[in-house]
Amino acid sequence: MKITEQEVRRVADLANLALREDEVARMTHDLDGILSHIDKLNELDTTNVEPMAQVLFNAEETATLREDRERPSLTNAEAVANAPLTSGGYYKVPRVIER
Amino acid sequence: MSSPLHGLSIDSIRAGLLAKKFSAEELARQSLAYAEAENPKTNAYLTLAPERALKAARAVDAKIANGEDPGALGGVPIAVKDVIVTRGLRTTCGSKLLANYVPPYDATAVIRLEQAGGVILGKANCDEFAMGSSNENSAFGPVRNPVALDRVPGGSSGGSAAVVAQETALVSLGSDTGGSIRQPASFCGISGVTPTYGRVSRYGLTAFASSLDHIGPFGKTTRDAASMLQVIAGRDQMDATSAFAPVPDYAAALDGNVKGMKLGLPREYFAGLASETGDRVMAAVEVLKKLGCEVRDSQLPHTPYAVATYYIIATAEASANLARYDGVRYTTRSAAVHTLSDMYRQTRDEGFGDECKRRIMLGTYVLSAGYYDAYYLKAQKVRHLITQDFARAFEQVDAIVAPVSPFPAFKLGEMINDPTAMYLSDIYTVTGDLAGIPCMSVPCGLTAGGLPVGLQILTRHFDETTMFRIADAYEKASH
Repeated sequence: MKITEQEVRRVADLANLALREDEVARMTHDLDGILSHIDKLNELDTTNVEPMAQVLFNAEETATLREDRERPSLTNAEAVANAPLTSGGYYKVPRVIER
Repeated sequence: MSSPLHGLSIDSIRAGLLAKKFSAEELARQSLAYAEAENPKTNAYLTLAPERALKAARAVDAKIANGEDPGALGGVPIAVKDVIVTRGLRTTCGSKLLANYVPPYDATAVIRLEQAGGVILGKANCDEFAMGSSNENSAFGPVRNPVALDRVPGGSSGGSAAVVAQETALVSLGSDTGGSIRQPASFCGISGVTPTYGRVSRYGLTAFASSLDHIGPFGKTTRDAASMLQVIAGRDQMDATSAFAPVPDYAAALDGNVKGMKLGLPREYFAGLASETGDRVMAAVEVLKKLGCEVRDSQLPHTPYAVATYYIIATAEASANLARYDGVRYTTRSAAVHTLSDMYRQTRDEGFGDECKRRIMLGTYVLSAGYYDAYYLKAQKVRHLITQDFARAFEQVDAIVAPVSPFPAFKLGEMINDPTAMYLSDIYTVTGDLAGIPCMSVPCGLTAGGLPVGLQILTRHFDETTMFRIADAYEKASH
């Protein structure tokens, strides 16, 4: 096995997913299959290979900065319009700090 | 009833409008009525937008009445994949989490289509957050392939491909992260284009894997797809990763002349292929030879490592991008929660479908302490090797020709319980995304069972022109 149910629970915790018990078993099985295939990468010696994080086309770094000028943005009402719960133009969430 | 769009193209719609054979409003009304009547067969549209479409169509008619140019896409009925945001028009990303999400802004590609006179008819179904190869991962039900209704249309842009094949839109926008435009195009028998990374702004494309995400067009022909790309391509200051490279006139290259062009055939792309798919692709290569192309072998030796590389990088990026769906900002929050932490966890467990959870989990795992070097860093290095394979191949040839998918459209439910097998079927498409090169699928005939097969054409960074030239020449010669 590449991954245990205990590790799956730990990763779910990191990912903020509350997996149900039946999901844990299936997830362990599915991830095990994928990770077994991924092992194939160990066949390759990549000692002196540079990691590639992005597709780059030799653009000057600063070329992607836009001019800093004032322009209209979303209104407060537009910005919070899709939130499930708001109050006075703010997002409302369960209490975090006890008074 | 046949589609009002049957036999039409972007060019013939323009000619028809200018000759006053029909109005943009008439075409939009007929297309909407046809889409509404036919959609239950495929479930390809999630939302139709009659008000928006008719308003755009009337604006085109008004321009023509005033003697003004109606725009490069004047009156053309278009569908947009539901991961691309549209202001005031529900955008679900195929997810229960966003079932009622109404974006406050338009994607740059959408703005450009509408500025060019395009008429957006509605939003196309897709795999949840563009994650899938069969369009069976939509929270709003799978899409059926219009060519064979018991089969999948491919994914993740299954709805965008299906509407064009079904003629409920003339053209459409999709997105491609690991093959999500080319594979459904091949399954549905139409053209689908993944442009160079950065060629089209992703502003307003819901992020899946940011170093791999592309927006691209579908069309019945290469010419229509090229006309769409012409409008949406080019630098956009709202997307820092969009490229400054000038956009050439793609239509000018569609003259059918491919004499002397060097094509590479990578043997790594013909291993494990269904024999009929291989036969159709090789028959297409023979047609290109007859047109004067010179065909030679190409080596892309790291191809067998591409799926593993892709599923590490794509899921790692996805796990970060999907962290924003936490119950605070985006429409859905779990009902019975008392703490902030519960709210995050319950909302995400109830909201995400199985495939999204699998990818969030895999991505979180490969980035977690102790595994980063073994997985994520390793994959970034192999990505470099795959990219170098292409660079070396393009020293010898102008384009690479290959299959798109190892097999044609499969039956609904046939692969959904084997995620690893589904991932492995992306083998011929993930490579183009990893390298960021332009690639497309062009129809190259049917299997004995009547299922479409696609020919994939891949070219150098920003050389969409050569890709279109080859695809168009093949289309003309094979019809």
